[in-house]
Amino acid sequence: MTSKIVLENLKHRPMRSLLSILLIAVPVTLILCLIGLSTGLLEDGKTRSRGIGADLMIRGSTSGSVASFSATSIPEALVARLEQQPHVQMAIGVVVHPFEVVLNVMGVDLDQFNRMSGGFTYLAGGPLRRPYDVLIDEYFAAQKHLKAGDTYRMLNHDWRITGIIAGGKLSRIVVKKEVLQELDAATNKVTFIYVKCDRPSQADEVKAQLQSLLPGYPIYTMEEVTSMFSVNNVQGLSQFIAVIVGIGVIIGFAVVCLSMYMAVLQRTREIGILKSLGASNGFILGMILSEALMMALGGTALGILLSYGATWLIHVFAPAALPMAIVKTWWPIAGGVTMVGAALGALYPGLAAARHDPIEALAYE
Amino acid sequence: MSNGAIIEIRQLVKTYMAGRVPVPALRGVDLTVEPGDFVSIIGPSGSGKSTLFHIIGGLTPPTSGHVRVAGQDMVTMTDGDRTRMRRRTIGFVFQKFNLLPNLTARDNIAVARFLGGFDHKPDPQFEEILRLLGVEQRLDHKPSALSGGEQQRIAIARAVVNHPAILLADEPTGNLDSGNSNAVLEILRGLNQRTGQTILMITHNPEAASYGHRIVEMRDGRIV
Repeated sequence: MTSKIVLENLKHRPMRSLLSILLIAVPVTLILCLIGLSTGLLEDGKTRSRGIGADLMIRGSTSGSVASFSATSIPEALVARLEQQPHVQMAIGVVVHPFEVVLNVMGVDLDQFNRMSGGFTYLAGGPLRRPYDVLIDEYFAAQKHLKAGDTYRMLNHDWRITGIIAGGKLSRIVVKKEVLQELDAATNKVTFIYVKCDRPSQADEVKAQLQSLLPGYPIYTMEEVTSMFSVNNVQGLSQFIAVIVGIGVIIGFAVVCLSMYMAVLQRTREIGILKSLGASNGFILGMILSEALMMALGGTALGILLSYGATWLIHVFAPAALPMAIVKTWWPIAGGVTMVGAALGALYPGLAAARHDPIEALAYE
Repeated sequence: MSNGAIIEIRQLVKTYMAGRVPVPALRGVDLTVEPGDFVSIIGPSGSGKSTLFHIIGGLTPPTSGHVRVAGQDMVTMTDGDRTRMRRRTIGFVFQKFNLLPNLTARDNIAVARFLGGFDHKPDPQFEEILRLLGVEQRLDHKPSALSGGEQQRIAIARAVVNHPAILLADEPTGNLDSGNSNAVLEILRGLNQRTGQTILMITHNPEAASYGHRIVEMRDGRIV
């Protein structure tokens, strides 16, 4: 019976209910979009790292976490030296240049990269030939509306797009290593060195061996690299998520508090009627809380739907820059956050309703 | 004092506080009601009729005096005790009907039954009362789709659904035309005669008051 009263109350003022549900859905969408973007970006980074085909990665001696940018500071001569080490099948140097937000241009020796990774899959066009040739992946091409043969201005130069490659390997934008070294004034320097072992199972052994050869250079197995693509390893991200979750609770609290406070005022007489019929204070409070939680539930469902809408929009307008994922494991968390906010928000109006004097409530016009 | 009385009131005093100013509403009321009585209470506005009803109905505690309703001492009752008492012992009928606007007539009755702690089993006696009220065809309508007379009949059905010991009707015909007023009064009389329902009815209308077995007049917080 309580649920029927609650449902009928929600249906009785559909605009208030729908607006409240919509406002509750906003923080749910915010949280899910943030998590979706973080996860999408990190998963994308993982996939592209795995696509390189290397077993080890060596970074410059001044580099920070794996997800941070670092200077192009490793002498390229090290590549040849590494290739002479036992169990090292091959090594390649890669130059990285940050480009726009969260995008990198990577410079490689295409022949060497092909040997290590098995090569790019060309969806259109073909490999790099001339100095200012560039390969872009399908997502970047879609985002910028580019096709093979087009000219694209980047890093203050005009580049000819020679090929559109399938995403998931190395980078969305690939150029010749020497050109990027020249543009960055980093001749004979690389940002990373990728090492392929004779057998992947030798990665730990070779890592130990190279650490003694190159003290001060952070060396990671690719397993370590991919495991570091997590929220906890991106500086400040988990704190940012916590702040957004906190804002979600506050918005849920404020929306529900305002909405239920108005509802209690409008229903003063009805509360008096229920009390005259023998409804206890607990019943009245439970009714208000149930209504708030039902709105929170609706807000969560709508928020999830809106996050699908946001994901679709981002896939349409920025598929390369913002690879967004749907993270279902966060649905109950976002729902829980909303429920907590709603329950807190409904507490004051609920208690106020429960404390109504039945005679005064019945006389309320 | 009668041993079988369903309502026994002696020297009942109720004083409200308007800020810091005490406002006496009842100044020593004595009243005895036997089971099956139909008592009309008349009196001018401010004479204390509604306050007397609110105390008998457990909506507010007395300030002093002796009040026993259906064997329960209203003076020592807590808020929770009075709430529990309202579920089964008292049925209210109000001048403004006071149906829950969001629920159908059927659900308005069901809420009272639910709060009274009764299950959904059919109640033959109540079905007969519904027939007596003539509202069986209107049960699936919301109050806004019912006439005043129909709303008051539903309110009566809701008031008696848990077979309360006492039915308190506060100006039950105050918002009705004469045709519907007569119908509601006949229903109350029928309930009293057929089921032995004890009824206390506040009214300003002498004709309505005459439906009761006896008329009690109040003035200035006392029964005169």
